[in-house]
Amino acid sequence: MASDRLQSLLRAAFPEAEELTVEDRTGGGDHFQVTVRSKRFADMPLLEQHRTVYDALSEPLRDGTIHELRIKTREANA
Amino acid sequence: MSELSDRIKDVIEREPVALFMKGTPQFVMCGNSDRALRALRQAGAPVTAVDILPDPAIRQELSALSGWPTIPQVFVGGELVGGADIAQELSESGELERVLEAKLGAAYRDDAEERVVDVLAPTHR
Repeated sequence: MASDRLQSLLRAAFPEAEELTVEDRTGGGDHFQVTVRSKRFADMPLLEQHRTVYDALSEPLRDGTIHELRIKTREANA
Repeated sequence: MSELSDRIKDVIEREPVALFMKGTPQFVMCGNSDRALRALRQAGAPVTAVDILPDPAIRQELSALSGWPTIPQVFVGGELVGGADIAQELSESGELERVLEAKLGAAYRDDAEERVVDVLAPTHR
């Protein structure tokens, strides 16, 4: 499953994440909603937060696995 | 640098708000491009749209310039703001209007029109 692959790539990139979900929005395995909640995002501009997620998923973005990616990043509560 | 890349860069640098999207504001071809456009409209922003669909090279050159892998891409005052999720999030929190004011001045709404620019044409202005 593509969502499992995304999940493990994100888990490897954000081992500290307090919340990490990958939702297959259409059930087709190519439109995803990703949510990452991490203390790493504190004081990080939204643009950079999303970049770190893109970086973690650069491979499935490049090889066409991901047709659409929605990202939600949140600072973890201290 | 290719000519196309130069023209894309020109749009980013010269237009107050540049939206690289699938389709045009009159005929949006993708839900995410629609979300970004709605966010900009909500904030009362002027929008210069570039349709990336006519040639895959547009998207390649754009992402090479911006370092952002997906479409749409929103630029304000020459700077990447983000994609659809960020545009929507900033719009909902009111932050997008603050960014627009900071970059374009408080009167940015006054001549907020939407237009489309073709980066494939040799001269677009």
